[in-house]
Amino acid sequence: MRRERRRAPAWLALVLSLALVAAACGGDDEEPEATGPGETGPEPTGETAPAVSGGEFSMNICEPESLIPQINAETCGSQVLKGLFTPLIQFTPEDEVIFAVAESIESDDQVNWTVTLREGWTFHDGTPVTAQSFVDAWNWGAYGPNGAGNNYFFGPFGVNIVGYDALNPAEGDPETEEMSGLQVVDDRTFTVELGAPFSEFPITVGYNAFYPLPESFFEDSDAFNESPIGNGPYMMDGSWEHDVGINVVRYEDYLGTPGNADAIEFRIYGDLNTPYRDTQAGNLDISDVPPEQIEAARSEFGDHFVESASSSFSYIGLPLYEEAFQNADLRKALSMAIDRQEIIDAIFFGTLTPADDMASPVVQGYREGACESCVFDPEQAQQLFDAAGGYDGTLEIWFNNDGGHEEWIEAVANQWTQNLGIEEVQFESMPFARYLGRLDQGIDDDPDTPGVTGPFRLGWVMDYPSMQNYLENLHGTNAGSNYTTYSNSQVDDLLAEGKAATTLEEAVSLYQQADDLILQDLPIIPLWFGLNQSVTSERVTNVMIDKFSFVDVAAVQVVG
Amino acid sequence: MGRFIARRLLQAIPVFFGATFIVFTMVYAIPGDPIRALNGERPISESAQRALRERYNLDDPLVIQYAKYIGGLAQGDLGETFRGQPVSDILKQKFPVTARLALGAFIFEAILGLMAGILAGLRRGSFMDNLVLVSTTVVVAIPVFVLGFLAQLVLGVELGWFPIAGLQQGWISYVLPSMVLGSLSLVYIARLTRTSLVENLRSDYVRTAEAKGLPRRRVVGRHALRNSLIPVVTFLGVDLGTLMAGAIITEGIFNIPGIGREVFLAIQGQEFAVVVGIVTAGILIFIAMNMIVDILYAVLDPRIRLA
Repeated sequence: MRRERRRAPAWLALVLSLALVAAACGGDDEEPEATGPGETGPEPTGETAPAVSGGEFSMNICEPESLIPQINAETCGSQVLKGLFTPLIQFTPEDEVIFAVAESIESDDQVNWTVTLREGWTFHDGTPVTAQSFVDAWNWGAYGPNGAGNNYFFGPFGVNIVGYDALNPAEGDPETEEMSGLQVVDDRTFTVELGAPFSEFPITVGYNAFYPLPESFFEDSDAFNESPIGNGPYMMDGSWEHDVGINVVRYEDYLGTPGNADAIEFRIYGDLNTPYRDTQAGNLDISDVPPEQIEAARSEFGDHFVESASSSFSYIGLPLYEEAFQNADLRKALSMAIDRQEIIDAIFFGTLTPADDMASPVVQGYREGACESCVFDPEQAQQLFDAAGGYDGTLEIWFNNDGGHEEWIEAVANQWTQNLGIEEVQFESMPFARYLGRLDQGIDDDPDTPGVTGPFRLGWVMDYPSMQNYLENLHGTNAGSNYTTYSNSQVDDLLAEGKAATTLEEAVSLYQQADDLILQDLPIIPLWFGLNQSVTSERVTNVMIDKFSFVDVAAVQVVG
Repeated sequence: MGRFIARRLLQAIPVFFGATFIVFTMVYAIPGDPIRALNGERPISESAQRALRERYNLDDPLVIQYAKYIGGLAQGDLGETFRGQPVSDILKQKFPVTARLALGAFIFEAILGLMAGILAGLRRGSFMDNLVLVSTTVVVAIPVFVLGFLAQLVLGVELGWFPIAGLQQGWISYVLPSMVLGSLSLVYIARLTRTSLVENLRSDYVRTAEAKGLPRRRVVGRHALRNSLIPVVTFLGVDLGTLMAGAIITEGIFNIPGIGREVFLAIQGQEFAVVVGIVTAGILIFIAMNMIVDILYAVLDPRIRLA
């Protein structure tokens, strides 16, 4: 429940949301004439649309798990960190990469990267942002004993920096605290050596695992967690009041595009309904919308209802280590027997899009309708099902019972019963922590610890906007989130080639070939892509939600 | 009296150890791996997991873990969450909030409940009596979360009289949640007072007092009411303890960062130290409240001697 919600959204502010925001701006009488829809320029330092600056606004978040960027792996803390930090690169709403703190990130061979920083950037305590600030931060994150949640980002299933293994030995304590692949050249330059070619390295470093840290962090990380010192457009005002809120004010010496509002209050809520009602009552400026309120919110808030696509992707995985699920026709039959749109309309109030590819529409390379087996076709499903010899015994469906999944899982089961004639269905549900444990047990080779015995539900939210992030993590051999144990050396090779490709077009085309192979094998049943909804008060405009589901807090304008 | 208090305090020691051990064991028994769940669906690397397990003694057997916890406790260390936040900080932040909320609810239920109960009890069968009966029945029939949502929608969103969530606006933020939290107990207090008063008004000593020609004020106030309040005080005392232990639903609806919400999240996350810390503090409060109730008994009823 709580973790699910935190993980849930990550979005791309598509044309749709821009249109909505533009409409919101146009339709608001109280607003000064000068204000346009607002956009982020290609250069972070370039001022574009005339901005209304000043004022303060509030928005809802949930209690962050940590405010140390290398530890934080959930969306609530990341939202705050987005305001407090500026990474090497950022993304425009149109998906373009812009250099922020980095002046350039270059490589000739996709293995050895040279990162050059812009001059003059400072942390909120006045100390300069240097190459050392990044290298130290990354080393700290990768150092196993620090137990950082984002540790894996530096390793083989992340960007794979040389020397990661030495910081994370299989047994005992590491003998070094630094990855040999990171070298500081001078104050503004450092080099990164990767274990394998990875052309998309520059776009991964926008994630919060790669934020820089000031020297004061290494002296007292606990104090830093309560009042982080970043290099972003906003700085802490006081410290983190647990379960209450986090206040930030504009950092006046910021070198990028400055934030519009003077101050922001991130108010912490324990559920989704209360902030929504608080916005209705006019006590909160930006809020998420609980699913069951979405239709009402659309009409009630009108121009102040903002919707955009999310990178979230829900699927049902099939345990390929169980003999019954080793037949691809059976897997396709299960997929084609699900009427996704009907479930979305009946249970999710139309707030999702049926999935038709293995990667979300928010990444380049997504192809509409790529998944032929994702089309609802009960007749063909039945044929495939019969051809595969049907399913004997009880079909056990696995899910976690603390994330609101009961209803739709039941609907899927009903459709399988109806369309395929699977009579005996049993639900196996448990809290998320235990559920993940069971899934992990499916991956290990230990016969004493059985994994799951049937279809299981899971989701994925991207870490960086690349198809590879979806395909490799879920389908790469032995990848961290490959719970089906799917393994196809052709897929692995194509993904590796794609990572080593020199141009994005080339990479995408290789990823798509891998995608085709995965779709043929269908180790997972794609279900739906997420949409995210927010409502805002009359006081704020230009509320844009970026591709990672984060409100672009610096862009928000206070007009009331 | 002194001996009574000393004995009560001595009794608290085994209660303390028993309760902490039981709670510790129960959290331990929750299936699942708390470290594995820290990152949700994102993987958490082996080395990071190992480091965290080691830091929080998760690889030790239950008894060793418990011993280490108690050892820390003896040195005033309540432990920390899996994210490194000291439990003592959490208690310091959350208990005052819950205490204020509980106190608000307590005042609300005590004043209104007693008034309604006395008014109804004094004129049995009157319009007032029936009104109290009907209205308390309605309140008791509505689940707390419905009552909370209704209060938010009507008094907060529609009328705009009260803030509906959080504590941003000072004491007025506590009004709505206190009323909702106290509503159920208010019903019990009203009913209890009424029944008890009705019964006592018919008792021999009241009839005697009336026969002696004492003024009605004195009969009711000094004789009937005082005796009628004994069960009510018992209830109030225990109830304050319950309120202090946190109100998960009310705190959730009104987004109040108190003990109830904290313990709920801690159980979900299998945060041993937090759960045990909060429950232990709750037990101590409960023991103290019970002691105060017992002392109050003696004040209300001279027949009861504390020895």
